Amino acid sequence: MNTLSMNFLPVMLVAALILANGSLADDEEQNIATLRGAPINVEVEPPKMADVENKDIKRARNYPMQPPTIPHKVRDYRVDLNSNKCLSCHSRKQTAQSQAPMISVTHYMDREGNFLADVSPRRYFCEQCHVVQTNAPALVESDFKDIDQLLREAQ
Amino acid sequence: MKPTRRDFIKANAVATATAVAGFSPSGSAANLVTDKDLTQLTWSKAPCRFCGTGCSINVATRDNRIVATHGDINSPVNKGLSCVKGYFLSKIMYGKDRLTQPLLRKTNGKYDKNGEFEPVSWDEAFDMMEEKFKKALKEKGPEAIGMFGSGQWTIWEGYAASKLMKAGFRSNNIDPNARHCMASAVGGFMRTFGIDEPMGCYDDMEHADAFVLWGSNMSEMHPILWTRITDRRLSNPHVKVAVLSTFEHRTFELADIPMVFTPQTDLAILNYIANYIIQSGSVNEDFVGKHVNFRLGNDDIGYGLRPEHPLEQKAKNADKAGGSVEMSFDEYAKYVSRYDVEYVSELSGVPENQLVEMAKLYADPKVKVMSLWTMGFNQHTRGVWANNLVYNIHLLTGKISEPGNSPFSLTGQPSACGTAREVGTFSHRLPADMVVKNPEHRKIAEKLWKLPEGIVPGWNGAHAVLQNRKLKDGEINAYWVQVNNNVQAAANLNEETLPGYRNPENFIVVSDAYPTVTAQAADLILPTAMWVEKEGAYGNAERRTQFWHQMVDAPGESTSDLWQLVEFSKRFTTDEVWPADILDANPEYKGKTLYEVLYRNGQVDKFPLSHMDEEYNNTESTDFGFYLQKGLFEEYASFGRGHAHDLGDFDTYHKNRGLRWPVVDGKETLWRFKEGLDPYARPGTGWDFYGKPDGKAVIFALPYEPAAESPDEDYDLWLSTGRVLEHWHSGSMTQRVPELHSAFPNAVCFMHPADAKARKLRRGDEVMVQSRRGEIRTRLETRGRNRVPKGLVFVPWFDATQLINKVTLDATDPLSKETDYKKCAVKVIKA
Repeated sequence: MNTLSMNFLPVMLVAALILANGSLADDEEQNIATLRGAPINVEVEPPKMADVENKDIKRARNYPMQPPTIPHKVRDYRVDLNSNKCLSCHSRKQTAQSQAPMISVTHYMDREGNFLADVSPRRYFCEQCHVVQTNAPALVESDFKDIDQLLREAQ
Repeated sequence: MKPTRRDFIKANAVATATAVAGFSPSGSAANLVTDKDLTQLTWSKAPCRFCGTGCSINVATRDNRIVATHGDINSPVNKGLSCVKGYFLSKIMYGKDRLTQPLLRKTNGKYDKNGEFEPVSWDEAFDMMEEKFKKALKEKGPEAIGMFGSGQWTIWEGYAASKLMKAGFRSNNIDPNARHCMASAVGGFMRTFGIDEPMGCYDDMEHADAFVLWGSNMSEMHPILWTRITDRRLSNPHVKVAVLSTFEHRTFELADIPMVFTPQTDLAILNYIANYIIQSGSVNEDFVGKHVNFRLGNDDIGYGLRPEHPLEQKAKNADKAGGSVEMSFDEYAKYVSRYDVEYVSELSGVPENQLVEMAKLYADPKVKVMSLWTMGFNQHTRGVWANNLVYNIHLLTGKISEPGNSPFSLTGQPSACGTAREVGTFSHRLPADMVVKNPEHRKIAEKLWKLPEGIVPGWNGAHAVLQNRKLKDGEINAYWVQVNNNVQAAANLNEETLPGYRNPENFIVVSDAYPTVTAQAADLILPTAMWVEKEGAYGNAERRTQFWHQMVDAPGESTSDLWQLVEFSKRFTTDEVWPADILDANPEYKGKTLYEVLYRNGQVDKFPLSHMDEEYNNTESTDFGFYLQKGLFEEYASFGRGHAHDLGDFDTYHKNRGLRWPVVDGKETLWRFKEGLDPYARPGTGWDFYGKPDGKAVIFALPYEPAAESPDEDYDLWLSTGRVLEHWHSGSMTQRVPELHSAFPNAVCFMHPADAKARKLRRGDEVMVQSRRGEIRTRLETRGRNRVPKGLVFVPWFDATQLINKVTLDATDPLSKETDYKKCAVKVIKA
């Protein structure tokens, strides 16, 4: 096995799954397009719609500035001109009752870094940075190493 | 609120997670790392790799790897913020399937178009490229080669590529993928103002009293600019936000005036506003009298399809789409008078009261208005018109070029402005808004490039869509694609792109960091460095030029696009590619390599390696022996300095968070064309639209005309394509970030619940989206972030497993040659 096929192992897995489904006609074509996993001219069955993870477990972050992903469903959460459903649990005022994590102190600062009386409007639309996670399997493995891993490897 | 339910879930979840991880919840005390040799990170700045906003990002590196990224607090653009994609920039380079060696299709050890990809050396890769490019040049000439580049090229990459193609190979068949996203905006600027790019800047967002969004889902596509507008709107209750689109999306969450219109009728709405301004006596007569000309543009201009298409045959002005004649204000007023509120409301489906409410924002002289648009306007078979028509409104009221009064064209790529437009990598352009068809402009370019007269060809090269047609027709035979994924992007994949790439007569080279579907369709793949693996520069939507250093090295044998371009130029001599008569008249150029005449010309190689910052590597410069990026930048900057496109000094950009051009005496320009704010606006003028010879901007009379393809009995739905927040363009970077992929793993087809019910379809069903050109299999979505109206479906294009460009139509704006990805007719059936 040369380095090329090692690199494209995930593709082969995808291809095997597709073949098992019997929907891939052409198994001669060499597929290198990792994210597609099928010849360009063949349409394959799309995976079932993924479910949003709703376990309420905090996920580890790779560095402190990384915005935490949302560990619960947010379907029908209204965030608009009139109200913000997320803040009804996560704002400073609500966390004692909700026991949800309070939004970061940075979210109370304006563009110039001054602290405001309440959440800064520039942070109002939570989902621009915080996103849900689903049960969809990764298409390609990531080689990213966070600082802890690098330090461990250096020692 | 039900904390008890939540507590229960949480307690269970923690128990489950810890059991799986194999340690007890109490755990041992964490060991804190405190040694500064271990905790110290190297932080550097770089503009974000994604959209045209140009957020500055702080990048932490250690041991030649990126370990963290976050929004730069010192940048005026984003002031410490970044969208979810920006926060995860740290991971875009680390997909396990990075390409690390050149790959060539081979059978039995020899190149074979139908062979399988095998690793080859750079020498072998370039040998094959050289052979194929030389063959095409020799047999058919410069028109038989082509290059497709990008608004993601760094400034010097685009410049080096443009120079290699236009001056080296003497072929104008070079175009950027910005053709798909910005060409209509360029056409609009050139036609109305005679000079490209917005007059205003992002500071307008802190000054405007009203925002009108014309076909732009900023909440998802320009999230950080949206935070500035949200801040302005929520902090100042008098501010109003109007949002127009063909379906409801997240940007509607902030809308005071939310409007969903029938596709293509934006042209009529724009004319209605102009009509309202005139009818209500709100024209700024002093401004219009001094600074505006009126012209009647040609109508019935066709749809940029192949010339034999019935729609082109039928169009009266397909061959003179850009024509116009002078007209008076009164004639213009009469022209737009047919766009009254009753007619336009009926046509567009927008209630009359909302149209009036929006028109009043523009008409009221006390309300400062910022108009914003992106792909809704630009990807439009009348995209240049739409741009012209919105400028009409701002010109009629004089609401332009001052803080808060700002028609603002947003960009989709990080250097659509900086590279594609300013450097002039389009098939018809040269740097600083010059064009190849103008002999004077060619002469200027040849002189600044220190090349013989007559070297730059005077024919317009093939634009993006035409390149694919010419590949299919076997007219372009040697083709190089850099920094883009056009097999996933270009419309009508089955009928045009794929037959072109796989045409046995053609040799296709693709430079990329990852094996995309474009790489899959290629014959040779070159592994390529990305983002902070090289020194770079981008220019954002507000004319801000930003630099970054090479912070980490590229993996394996990857090299930058810049290195590839310059290294490849060594393989050609002037005698092989330039005509004998030019060489006879200029014998000093004989026998030289293109590398020598283009890049070792005493200008590009002027700066020694000692000028580089010793804190950072610079792979290309070290290899070539001179500070390549600095030489290219300074030569390029000589085109614009003194001509209203002034860039600052190279070294300053490494220190600051960018400067907005024109940079005169070290000072950036925030608002152009306004006396006192723009050093080029002449004293005593008030406003000076100096892009036009008489200093006047142009108001164009242009009509509403229907789309190239509309729903009918067989294909009964409109299809709009677009994007989602979590993924950028074709997803080749963001889909490899685990968190972003997990957040939005696959494309779906958004449909109105009533349309779904009528087809006996339910959310999650597998469906086929079919057009006359092709189909995809996807899943049906009837809720979620987009609420489409009856009769329209929306499918994002980031997903390589669902190539929606098989379905889209390759109709383009005849003026800008930009494809309309927002309108074609489809049907949706159960798979």
